[in-house]
Amino acid sequence: MDLKGLRSQFPTLREEVNGKPLVYFDNAATTQKPYAVLKALEEYYHHKNANIHRGIHTLAEKATAAFEETRKRVKSFINSAEVEEIIFTKGTTESINLVASSYGRKFLQPGDEVIISTMEHHSNIVPWQIICEEKGAILKVIPVNNNGELLLEEYGKILSEKTKIVSVVYASNSLGTINPVKTIIKKAQEYNAVVLLDGAQATAHLDIDVQDLDADFYALSAHKMYGPTGVGVLYGKRELLEEMPPYQGGGEMIKDVSFEKTTYNDIPYKFEAGTPNIADVVGFKYAMDFVDEIGKSNIHAHEMAVYDYAMEKMEEIPGFQPVGIADKKVSVLSFLIDGIHPFDIGQMLDARGVAVRTGHHCTQPLMDRYGIEGTARASFSLYNTKDEVDVMVDGLKRIVNFIK
Amino acid sequence: MFTAEAQDQIIEEFAILDGDQEMMNFYIMELGQKMKLLDEEYMIDDNLVKGCQSKVWLKSKLTGDKVKYLADSNTGITKGLVSLLIRVFSGHTPEDIISAEVYFPERIGMSRFIGTQRSNGFLAMIKQMKLEAIAYRVVLENQN
Repeated sequence: MDLKGLRSQFPTLREEVNGKPLVYFDNAATTQKPYAVLKALEEYYHHKNANIHRGIHTLAEKATAAFEETRKRVKSFINSAEVEEIIFTKGTTESINLVASSYGRKFLQPGDEVIISTMEHHSNIVPWQIICEEKGAILKVIPVNNNGELLLEEYGKILSEKTKIVSVVYASNSLGTINPVKTIIKKAQEYNAVVLLDGAQATAHLDIDVQDLDADFYALSAHKMYGPTGVGVLYGKRELLEEMPPYQGGGEMIKDVSFEKTTYNDIPYKFEAGTPNIADVVGFKYAMDFVDEIGKSNIHAHEMAVYDYAMEKMEEIPGFQPVGIADKKVSVLSFLIDGIHPFDIGQMLDARGVAVRTGHHCTQPLMDRYGIEGTARASFSLYNTKDEVDVMVDGLKRIVNFIK
Repeated sequence: MFTAEAQDQIIEEFAILDGDQEMMNFYIMELGQKMKLLDEEYMIDDNLVKGCQSKVWLKSKLTGDKVKYLADSNTGITKGLVSLLIRVFSGHTPEDIISAEVYFPERIGMSRFIGTQRSNGFLAMIKQMKLEAIAYRVVLENQN
């Protein structure tokens, strides 16, 4: 990988913070955007802006074509069988809410069970709590071990005929753990439970093939993989999506409306009420092109090289304690340093231009499991370098020296 | 406004650091380390000023017509920040505390701590200290 050339495509990476070059290690929260995406956004608003689908004029057709082009691109990006199985949402959170609210409302009965895991983001906990409470269903949780890996044996024990939905994260945002989702799906299928994968973190790092995974639903966010904010995808198998009631009512999702009866549009439009985030959907295509041009395996290999280097260098810091040391990981390094609160670590690193995230990372039950309030988290992306790791490690050493 | 004296002194101290954010953080933590801390028995949920990531325990008492504050925090920087507020507010009358305009953070180049209220609850600390002063003003009014 031509790292210098790649970095030059991200204007934000040239920013200075507190007079120091920005070291951006908060990629699990959101990634920076390459010129190709920024140009597409500008190009759209300069030359194609119109509302989509219903217009017959030229501009509306151009906008619609660009919007639908991204849908086709998502299909190839995650290898869905059909383009109609790709629904645009605001992000992973909305995708999960859509399934919980629509599929959950129709198919959950009192006493049914929904399985999630201890390492879920709040976005993959709360929507299920809401629908379970409404339907009288029960939420079950797959526990994790000390390394941050799911206990599959325990999963086998809580699976039963009562299990209707299993919703788990593909790669953990707090720990970096890559979960054995194929095994999870296979086991769920023995009980005819549907499986949703939260792909918010995984999609930027791993090749995704929803057919090979045989996932029933797959949720992802564009902004965590170099695309614009406010765009997400819900993939769902056609037969499931067709059985599901609409999530929201409004324009685009209808076939015919009268005061007596409204009939709904076909998928995917049935789930896309209202004017969508057209420009950002259009821009998202260029993020996928960008990623595929480099290749996910190249990206993942580079990121893990930076991660391994960071783990090695961090060992030099007295009191360093990684949180999440699963066998299979994406490039998320969550850590603690004895006697220093993560908040102080974050503030001190920011003073040196290093952006890390601190806190519970929206996974409070996971933090409770480890008996901690939160961690500091450095998450590496395709444009990060070992030199940047040195800047962070140097900053951490200064903090430790000051405190001790 | 008597609280201005302490604020001007803080601004003068920080001027030496010349806006170096890292040095400022270290200095703030050092101030926190030197602060007279709240007794552990008062570090209870009732005395928490809630911010998003750090915990701050605050306790005040009225001595004569002056309010005294003591605090502690689980993070070094926040402990330092609250120690600065205590320097500004502690030992003044409720009236002075209530009417005080807190201008030192901006002047020492720390407005970002105020801007990101969510991350450390700096504004929440000021508000809590002022609220307690308001309560003491009522106590004093009832005495007179």
